[in-house]
Amino acid sequence: MLNQLTISNLAAKLAKREASAREAVQSCLDQIARVDGRVGAFLSADPADAFKQADAADRALAEGTTHAQKPLLGVPIAIKDVIAVKDQPLSCASRILQKYVSPYDATVVEKLRAAGAIVFGRLNMDEFAMGSSTENSAFGPTKNPWDTSRIPGGSSGGSAAAVAADECIGSLGSDTGGSIRQPAALCGCVGFKPTYGRVSRYGLVAFASSLDQIGPLTKDVRDTATLLEVISGLDNRDSTSVPQPVPRYATIIGEGIKGLKLGLPKEYLVGGIDPDVNNAVRIAVAQLQKLGAEIQEISLPHTDCAVATYYIVATAEASANLARFDGIRYGLRVDGTDPIELYAKTRGTGFGAEVKRRIILGTYVLSSGYHDAYYLRAQKVRTLIQQDFLKAFEHVDAIVTPTTPTAAFTIGEKSGDPLQMYLSDIFTISCNLAGICGISLPCGFTTSTPKLPIGLQLLGKPFGEETILKLAHAYEQSTGWHREKPRL
Amino acid sequence: MAAVDIDVHYVAHLARISLEPEEAQKLGAQLGQILGYIEKLNQLDVTNVEPTAHAVPLVNVTRPDDVRPSLPNDQALGNSPAKANGLFVVPKIVE
Repeated sequence: MLNQLTISNLAAKLAKREASAREAVQSCLDQIARVDGRVGAFLSADPADAFKQADAADRALAEGTTHAQKPLLGVPIAIKDVIAVKDQPLSCASRILQKYVSPYDATVVEKLRAAGAIVFGRLNMDEFAMGSSTENSAFGPTKNPWDTSRIPGGSSGGSAAAVAADECIGSLGSDTGGSIRQPAALCGCVGFKPTYGRVSRYGLVAFASSLDQIGPLTKDVRDTATLLEVISGLDNRDSTSVPQPVPRYATIIGEGIKGLKLGLPKEYLVGGIDPDVNNAVRIAVAQLQKLGAEIQEISLPHTDCAVATYYIVATAEASANLARFDGIRYGLRVDGTDPIELYAKTRGTGFGAEVKRRIILGTYVLSSGYHDAYYLRAQKVRTLIQQDFLKAFEHVDAIVTPTTPTAAFTIGEKSGDPLQMYLSDIFTISCNLAGICGISLPCGFTTSTPKLPIGLQLLGKPFGEETILKLAHAYEQSTGWHREKPRL
Repeated sequence: MAAVDIDVHYVAHLARISLEPEEAQKLGAQLGQILGYIEKLNQLDVTNVEPTAHAVPLVNVTRPDDVRPSLPNDQALGNSPAKANGLFVVPKIVE
């Protein structure tokens, strides 16, 4: 079954002409037809467009184009519904953009196409990437492939579930406070949040511009390295993208990890962590040590303030970014007697509860009389959080933590209590505030029935992607958790 | 952590979001609780700490000021809720 393959295995089969790109697309579409009624990862797929791209890839293969030239040639990659793909819907899982069709490709999509990928499907998410469970989608929740009564995580829940359920070969998501790593952990796949500025945000619908990054979700670490290498790099259409050369991640991951220093933050293994998660992470740390990494305890003293800081900074930025949805130039319009009423009715009707909550919170923390007490103070605490990491990285090469405090929770369990939902991101949020990179990869399962995946998080220095990829690859290859598949 | 009182109607007006009465009430309670949690930042001493707006600051990023292709008019208007004569139609603003 081609849909079950990794990028590297599918590419090898395509190169040997043992399979065609058209068959690969067909295999993914068959799996979507078989399981997506239960999983709900895809908002739409455009089979005709996917086959057109597949036929072009098959022609290129027949003419002798190699995967050394185009590393993703003929490989179907699905895209979170917050990233622009020309002539495809771009709804951000929101009613306000329900009928929006993108007039252009995001930079990452151009790069995927240049690498030969088949860009297909729109993946479900929390509306405007605001959420940790994909329950905030205006078009219905995505379910966890390991137990469909549970959430897949979020906001890139569709991206993680689609990979875990073998509905695509790999996917792209976006991560503002953990939105790639948290669903990757809960669905049992690999997810990567690049250093801020590593990947262009052009064509990514903005949520919190100083925190957002696009990244890959895949079936193993090698595939993540391959996708990251393709989508990274300077882009003059995103003034925050950084002029740093892109390393050959997919080659570098094979290097050993002997002597690398790994920090274990004492603030991360405290109360509130599920015993199964705690146990799996401790065993994983011992395994990394066995592979040659040196473990030492470190301290990130402002960990406890990260969630509060995030929900000021992210909502403030969101309130400004989402001001563009006003019913004038695109999207939903609900008429009113004057322009102000038109704006308010359009936004009141078009946005879901969580988006309204965050815009109003963000407006409040920026409003006259409150700016200094909330927003400015949060920006200062952000400095302290960033300094925690930079100080720790003077002593260690990477940091190891659980990705989430618990495995996947049930649908509805936290949707009535926003604060509890926010606290489920406690281990992933600091990475975005500090602008560093992070990966989540499978490190075991709960002892419950049905068993649920557990994620290990590795955090790296700014532009230290290759270090955490090496560590993740060495760990993964020595354990094999990533080969386990949900029964669907 | 004590809940914080917030005038939801006023802030929703600033944000140009209309709310149903029961929606406003629920939001007010939830936001009060979230702001109560956020108060924990007041325990930190941030004197002499510089604010961070961007984790990876770049300054004076420019690109050559060249004329480049842009969206043609019909595509730029393609997603608009109301258009006429190649323009967006907006509600009457001045009498």
